[in-house]
Amino acid sequence: MAETVFSRPGALAPVITHYCPGCTHGIIHRLIAEVIDELGIRERTVGIAPVGCAVLAYNYFTVDFQEASHGRAPAVATGIKRARPDLIVFTYQGDGDLASIGMAEIVHCANRGEKVTVVFVNNAIYGMTGGQMAPTTMPGQIATTCPLGRDVEQAGHPIRIAELLSTLRTPSFVARAAVHTPLYAVNAKEMLRRAFRYQVAGTCFSMVEVLSTCPTNWGVPPVEANRWLAQNMMPFYPLGVFKTPDGADRAPTPGAGD
Amino acid sequence: MAKKLMKGSEAIGEAAVQAGCRLFFGYPITPQNEIPEYMSLRLPQVGGCFVQAESEVAASNMLYGAAGTGERVMTSSSSPGISLMSEAASYLAGAELPVVIVNIVRAGPGLGGILPSQGDYFQATRGMGHGDFRLLVLAPWSVQEAADLVQDAFDLADFYRNPVMVLGDGLIGQMMEPVEFSSDRQPIKELQPKTWAATGCPGDRPTNIINSLFLDPEELERHNWKLKAKYDAMTRDEIRSASYAADDDYDVLIVAYGTVARVCSTAIDELRERGVRVAMVRPITLFPYPYQAIRDAALRASSVLVVELSTGQMIEDVRLALEGARPIHFHSRVGGMLVTPDEVIEKVECILAGGAAEVSHG
Ligand SMILES: Cc1ncc(C[n+]2csc(CCOP(=O)(O)OP(=O)(O)O)c2C)c(N)n1
Ligand code: SF4
Repeated sequence: MAETVFSRPGALAPVITHYCPGCTHGIIHRLIAEVIDELGIRERTVGIAPVGCAVLAYNYFTVDFQEASHGRAPAVATGIKRARPDLIVFTYQGDGDLASIGMAEIVHCANRGEKVTVVFVNNAIYGMTGGQMAPTTMPGQIATTCPLGRDVEQAGHPIRIAELLSTLRTPSFVARAAVHTPLYAVNAKEMLRRAFRYQVAGTCFSMVEVLSTCPTNWGVPPVEANRWLAQNMMPFYPLGVFKTPDGADRAPTPGAGD
Repeated sequence: MAKKLMKGSEAIGEAAVQAGCRLFFGYPITPQNEIPEYMSLRLPQVGGCFVQAESEVAASNMLYGAAGTGERVMTSSSSPGISLMSEAASYLAGAELPVVIVNIVRAGPGLGGILPSQGDYFQATRGMGHGDFRLLVLAPWSVQEAADLVQDAFDLADFYRNPVMVLGDGLIGQMMEPVEFSSDRQPIKELQPKTWAATGCPGDRPTNIINSLFLDPEELERHNWKLKAKYDAMTRDEIRSASYAADDDYDVLIVAYGTVARVCSTAIDELRERGVRVAMVRPITLFPYPYQAIRDAALRASSVLVVELSTGQMIEDVRLALEGARPIHFHSRVGGMLVTPDEVIEKVECILAGGAAEVSHG
């Protein structure tokens, strides 16, 4: 009998997602599911879906889910974890959800040191509503509400969430990763594994910001979108570990060029 | 259990604990700070958890998350904070989560003032947020009744899988009165296990999803009618009202709720001593509203007086109840000013002397 070397993770539902071709939301889902399988926590995990393109994430995992209102996932996670500390609780949020409307909720969830895991998908745009400017949109990047490109005089500069959260005194694990090539995806999975492990051990709050593509609203084909991310986002959003609960210095991702 | 002298807000907190509430999320706002303060000390003593949230938006969404695990949960706030909870209220109703929300109403609009008001009646009884939904609303007039209704609120929330609001004002919160907690209180409804809770999927059932998103309009329409059926069941089974001095004949019927009804009861006692025939009907559930009880009671009187701490909100429900069958008079104070028994007495005497203008004609 042939040995199975690759299959769908048990935590990933056997369904087709609604994500656009080339969108990296699906890859991030898979990495999370693999980590849940490897840590053997599927039966006690509860996910929280955001308002954004990942709003239907609850259909794509074989774990119990709650759907939060826009930006409030870290508050919902707090409620779940405080009610049931034995559960493994993670949120999955876009950049409009987390870095704009939900800024208060994420900062205070991290600052209280809630023992939950946040997966923050930064694609520099509002995907679901049709490509409006996000707080993470790059200077000069065209979006439907900045048709001439983001003007930093009017809209300010993009917000670096990993850096921002790592300034909090409360111990936590904060990292930024990317998934636009297999090698980076392997590193992203390692970051997610560490984030979930800290929660399983009851150590601290953990957040992994994952740079992601939106070929549809960036208006570029998928392969080019991967390149665009590397050329435009990675220099401004450096990859690496920004904060660990033991207070170790920032560790850049090897080969990420910063 | 023996009677104990308690402040209203402490009685509300203790009643929640007695009802099995183990999680409380809140944000400071006058005049209800004593409730979160009480819970912050009390909940850890019973293995529960208190979280001071960064805002009422966050507190109410924490409530949502915790309720989704099937635990009994509560928050309290006052008017401006309740406005910030309207988002979560809509999601809670949509996702059918049982929670108890206490609103110790203060005068508005805007920042308003911190003194008692009934200006949030529309907000409480007309759904509180976007979409087609209702809260079940309970309005106590004494500290004992506040304690009893808070406990009932948890049973009703669980039974209907719907948010229940306890609507009070600063008077209820600050009043000291003797309270008794029964040591063998039984749930007022037959409650089912919460098999819908999202607490980890063992694999022998489909995943439990706490959700209010229905992208298919036919499915959402079915969901809307399912919610409506619950509100209809509440209207059939949960209406509560009390009458005061209505055993004897009366000419004027007062309709008032909460602490205002308490003031009116003092006025009625005095008027009765002078031989003036007046009685009161007091809604205890504001949604569902006791239309029939008010109509029946009003038909025994020649005119009706609505007393409330707003420029005229509950009076609209009294109008619906009477459909013009009796003239309706109105007395109110707003802005945090209170109605006094003397004002009520004067108003009743004026009505009987034919000198008071009707606001609605019979
Ligand atoms: C209170 C509220 N405001 C606005 C919206 C509309 N809305 C839906 S998704 C979204 C932005 C999503 O963007 P992002 O979080 O970046 O996720 P993405 O779709 O890019 O994955 C907005 C503004 C909403 N649903 N609720
Ligand atoms: S709109 Fe963008 S983020 Fe949303 S699914 Fe499509 S590619 Fe992905």
